[in-house]
Amino acid sequence: MRDPVFPHRHLLGIEGLTPIEINHLLDCSERYIALNRGEHKTTEALKGRTVINLFFENSTRTRTSFELAGLRLGAHVINMQVETSSVTKGETLIDTAVTLNAMHPDVLAVRHSDSGAVKLLADKVNCGVVNGGDGSHEHPTQALLDALTIRRRKGKLNGLVVAICGDVLHSRVARSNFYLLLTMGARVRIIAPRTLIPSGIDRLGVEVFTDMSKGLKDADIVMMLRVQHERMKGSFIPSVREYFRFFGLDRAKLSQAKPDALIMHPGPMNRGTEIDSDVADDFERSAIREQVELGVAVRMAVLEILSQNNALHAQTGGAT
Amino acid sequence: MSVATPGKVAYVNARIIDPATGFDGPGELLTIGEEIADVGRKLFEGRAPTDVQVIDCGGQILAPGLVDMRVQLREPGEEHKESLKSGCEAAVAGGVTTMVGLPNTNPIIDDEATVEYVARRARKQALTKVYVYGAATKGLQGKELAEMGLLAEAGALGFTDATKAIADAQVLRRALAYAATFNFLVIQHPEEPSLANGVMNTGEISTRMGLSGIPREAEIIMLERDLRLVAMTGARYHAAHISTAESVEIIARAKARGLNVTCDTAPFYFALNEMAVGDYRTFAKLSPPLRTEEDREAIVEGLRSGIIDCIASDHAPHDQDSKRLPFAQAAFGGSGLETLLAVSIGLHHSADMQLIDVLRRLTIEPATLLGLDAGRLAKGKKADLVIFDADRGWKVVADEFRSKSKNSPFDGQPVQGKVLRTVIDGRSVFNAQ
Repeated sequence: MRDPVFPHRHLLGIEGLTPIEINHLLDCSERYIALNRGEHKTTEALKGRTVINLFFENSTRTRTSFELAGLRLGAHVINMQVETSSVTKGETLIDTAVTLNAMHPDVLAVRHSDSGAVKLLADKVNCGVVNGGDGSHEHPTQALLDALTIRRRKGKLNGLVVAICGDVLHSRVARSNFYLLLTMGARVRIIAPRTLIPSGIDRLGVEVFTDMSKGLKDADIVMMLRVQHERMKGSFIPSVREYFRFFGLDRAKLSQAKPDALIMHPGPMNRGTEIDSDVADDFERSAIREQVELGVAVRMAVLEILSQNNALHAQTGGAT
Repeated sequence: MSVATPGKVAYVNARIIDPATGFDGPGELLTIGEEIADVGRKLFEGRAPTDVQVIDCGGQILAPGLVDMRVQLREPGEEHKESLKSGCEAAVAGGVTTMVGLPNTNPIIDDEATVEYVARRARKQALTKVYVYGAATKGLQGKELAEMGLLAEAGALGFTDATKAIADAQVLRRALAYAATFNFLVIQHPEEPSLANGVMNTGEISTRMGLSGIPREAEIIMLERDLRLVAMTGARYHAAHISTAESVEIIARAKARGLNVTCDTAPFYFALNEMAVGDYRTFAKLSPPLRTEEDREAIVEGLRSGIIDCIASDHAPHDQDSKRLPFAQAAFGGSGLETLLAVSIGLHHSADMQLIDVLRRLTIEPATLLGLDAGRLAKGKKADLVIFDADRGWKVVADEFRSKSKNSPFDGQPVQGKVLRTVIDGRSVFNAQ
């Protein structure tokens, strides 16, 4: 039977989800936190089901998180790491989808370096698809786990000031977070050098800052984004040291935020580039490890719901 | 003569011109130590206090020292062409009390250490105040962004690839966007390099002389393109040494659209045209090249109307060997510091521009653009002054320049307007007598 609140076959992005749907996903995730912390970490919710992690882009943490989530739900989990060659990318993707579809998986967790590729694949298969990150587009489970972390620490999302700092231009994490946080009534600020701010971003409803001290002023949440090293050799950023000087999170800049501001980072962190170790490891204020922990719970909830929503579909073979 | 207390100087019997306030009239000025203590029509009721050194200006003009926003100082790297010492001596002789050097030294000014080196070396001269621009791209290569934020913290006033255009559109876009992050000024040498392989202006003269040309379109195309990117990024952009009539129109339109755009020109471009190349005179080989008479007239008009914000010397010193060559092989650029004021005053004498408006483009306009607390005569400001005779004629003799570089396209020409005294931080550092 389909989940009455979240009846979708796929989770391809946060954009378009309602506050009720988001809250429901967070509520369902909440239930798995205790299970993950206990001694006996498995249920039989997805007993007999098959989850395939289909990763066209290197990943350790997200893939592991999806893998654990599937295993703890009692599903069979297969990891497929597919090397992509740029020449045959489109062809490979659809071929792979058709091939995998013939094996009757229940849910595919897919990551791809091209924006929109996960949607393209979802259109070709009969199972549920969860977007594990597509290009610079969306990374919905990351936004959900971020929201869950914030909700548990702050008790709410509505009305909070969330400062997202770093490479917004290339970040799928940032985009999924904008949609989620704005939908839930938070105020979102982005802080970045102009070279890393996508055009038209203000139309999405976020406030844009280029001065980190101003952008962090009275923020409840400071969310740092990873900056790829290859973008800091002069193309977008002159150098690592200049980036850290002006956009790296250290004690001095953090002092502008609220005293109880929460520090978050989707990982993996570049210490000394976008975040000072001193701040990243601050037990009181850093939620970075908690984000990783809650990621598993969120992915369990998502896999369970999508699996349910596709059960009927797989039997009848019909399309929605 | 009374005993003067060192550091108290009264300038009397002057015609004071201060473009910042619009004041132009008889007046007096008192400096105490390094600062201007007072300025006004009558400070001393006819007789100066006895503890003050009195300088009688003889009715001549007392104005803020000139702010030259574009010079090339060859130190570090090519001290045989110009050192900070010779450059500063030339500057004070030209009435220039503040100047800004381009980053095309050796090493290139693309790290903080070089910014600080130049500042420290210039301070030792205790003459003209020297600032620098930082490189916009690493090594002036036009590829990767330089560390603008750190360079600015070290003192760089803006960012430019000096005598090279930032040619790649994507690189310029990112340089503008990155600079806009901090509200830094980006200064462009507006010349499309693929069109700029020649040695003088493209036209009838280059054809007659058999010299390869640089078309006016090299500048026009680059400016048009750049301004699209300025509109896209919202950056502060300054076009250096514009030289064509269309450039003035393009800048005028950009300003009318509200873009954050300014420009300057150099005396070469409002005082000379391509005819100055004459008999293959390499001293008139400049970058951009001298243009047509119509262009020159349009540049004058642009200065008069204020579309052109600033006048800069574009001082480009070279040794004799770089210029004693066949025209095509000679270096681009001319010495400009010591003729800056006189040639600019020519705009007053022959183009009917108010003296105060000429001075505005040499003082408060560049100072404001660069965020410098200079170029005005006000209580509490540093006493950086120039006293000059706007009418006195003299002949430019490049061999007598204090600059090491004698490559002036004005050599041998009569000019009108002579610097009599230059004062920096309350001290007379040049006195023509």
